[in-house]
Amino acid sequence: MDAFIIITIIKLLAIAFVLLTAVAYLQWVERKVIAHIQVRPGPYRVGPHGLLQPLADVIKLVTKEGLFPSYVNRPLYLFAPFIAVCMALLPISVIPFGPQIEVAGYKTYMQLTDLNIGILFLLAASSMGVYGIALAGWASNNKYALLGGLRSSAQMISYELPLALAIASPLLVSNTLSLRELVGTQAGSILHWNIIRGGQIFAFIIFVIAAFAETNRIPFDLPEAENELVAGFHTEYSSMKFASFFMAEYLNMTTVSALAALLFLGGWEAPWPAAYGSNLVPTAIFALAGLVLLYHAANPPHKLDRYTFGGFGVVFLVIAAVFLAPIVQSWLLPLFWFLAKTGAILFLFIWIRGTLPRFRYDQLMGFAWKFLFPVAMLNLLVTGFVVAWVS
Amino acid sequence: MSAVPISWFLTLSAVLFALGVAGFLFRRSIITVFMSIELMLNAVNLSFVTFAYKYQQVSGHLFTFFVMVVAAAEAAVGLAIILTVFKNRATLNIDEVASMKD
Amino acid sequence: MDVVLFLIFALIAVVAAINVVVQTHPIASAVSLIGVMGSLAVLYLLLGAEFIAAAQVIVYAGAVMVLFIFVIMLLNAGAEGKTGRSLMAQFLGAPLLVAFLGVLAYFVQRLFPDSSKVRFGGFTGGSAQAVGRALFTTYLLPFEVTSLLILIAILGAIVLGRKELD
Repeated sequence: MDAFIIITIIKLLAIAFVLLTAVAYLQWVERKVIAHIQVRPGPYRVGPHGLLQPLADVIKLVTKEGLFPSYVNRPLYLFAPFIAVCMALLPISVIPFGPQIEVAGYKTYMQLTDLNIGILFLLAASSMGVYGIALAGWASNNKYALLGGLRSSAQMISYELPLALAIASPLLVSNTLSLRELVGTQAGSILHWNIIRGGQIFAFIIFVIAAFAETNRIPFDLPEAENELVAGFHTEYSSMKFASFFMAEYLNMTTVSALAALLFLGGWEAPWPAAYGSNLVPTAIFALAGLVLLYHAANPPHKLDRYTFGGFGVVFLVIAAVFLAPIVQSWLLPLFWFLAKTGAILFLFIWIRGTLPRFRYDQLMGFAWKFLFPVAMLNLLVTGFVVAWVS
Repeated sequence: MSAVPISWFLTLSAVLFALGVAGFLFRRSIITVFMSIELMLNAVNLSFVTFAYKYQQVSGHLFTFFVMVVAAAEAAVGLAIILTVFKNRATLNIDEVASMKD
Repeated sequence: MDVVLFLIFALIAVVAAINVVVQTHPIASAVSLIGVMGSLAVLYLLLGAEFIAAAQVIVYAGAVMVLFIFVIMLLNAGAEGKTGRSLMAQFLGAPLLVAFLGVLAYFVQRLFPDSSKVRFGGFTGGSAQAVGRALFTTYLLPFEVTSLLILIAILGAIVLGRKELD
């Protein structure tokens, strides 16, 4: 019993620390990727290639003056960002990062807790996340904030329906609600993943579209667009309270990407079995990255880059070597594959942000109710028929 | 020691139901009256689930499910009616829409 | 452990329910009602009703109450005005309610003696599989009828909520 509590606390601290750092650096990745899409350098002054920019942003947000307007509804104004962040952090506790591992003699799962209604818990937390935005819009006592809050909540609850139906289709194929067993049924190779063997390619597309709308990202971010509604529901928020909404948005993005990786892309399973050499892929990727960085360190574009590129090149080569050590392969490889898939979907989020314009609000709602919801229902129907036929 | 007597759950359900009835009878705003009705339905749901535990059957959960569905449908239609009444009378006070009395 | 959990969440539920009835502004009542539903979901988990707990949060707290909050925001419902009620009714009402609930609690205690206790994990038949199986075999007719009911409710809400055609 004691070992269980200690292990759980260690896992909790590890996941919380890694997650919050990852959310901060996700913002760096987003700014860099969008900058390169728009053919400009992005942040590169603060630290080598802007790597300390998230730290500068955190310091700025924490030390900014926390304006507290007198005309707001005080309890709800303070409660709303709290709800937004809480409900964004809760789903991380059920997401599995890897298989069962053994640490100093104790077997434990790479997951905080495995509920047998895991997916329903995730859906419940995302349903409650709507309140953060709706109450923020109301409490701000400001017509732009109210409009932004109402539009955003209406958009989120409208897109929850296609999202739930798109989640239900691979659940029919995998026959379980627990997230760990979902990945278990997709073990094997890429041909066993739900997106190919389960035929859930349409469900995947519907899920990704609905996820964009759920997390208020472009092309569905009219409720917080700068040129439409000042800043939408978080107009009256400053400093830490604004940072909470910001963090909640990135956390939601991470959660839906991880969910897409688990439901459709096989979780932490490698695309081809280890017998054919999939264990060498992370080593190859990191070694390649290290060699490219070392080559550029030899003839650097700026004088300082000789040292930063060189340093990072050596670090990447060391990581590549670490992936070869068999003692860490049992937990590092599944973690690598899971993070690679989640990262790919996050990159998709950022890529689309840099590329597409945004929808008008009536187009957005019409798309949800008149197209996406019937298509998701049809997908569920066809999946149900096929599952009943096959078994 | 670490087990809760069934009667406590049923007492909690009765307390919530009585509070719902009190809200229904004494509040004047139609939306608060509606919310008291939802409170009553939740209290009944707790009763159903408690009895499902006592008799170790899942039928209690099924009844709860149906109560939830009916409550959702009723909330949708009821709120639409409230919106229509508000459009016509511009008030949410149920004392002021009593023009058909006497 | 179960007793502590029950007491905490039952207290939260009762306090939030009193808040629903007592608050003057509808939005405060709505947020308190969400608190009631959340604590009831935890009590359902204690009773082994995991699917119903999830459904309570997703459907009731996450959709029905959002609808309530939308309507309150759209109608800009303000705080209720004071009504002229007699002082005697206000002073007698609360104690009478407490006395009534005390009598009720006593009778409930007598009907269900302490032999039946609730332990977390005492009922494992509340999983999604069990509920789904019962829903689609024993209770198929009510299921289909409620789906028809939802269709009627959707039609009613659309008809009542549309703009006037002139």
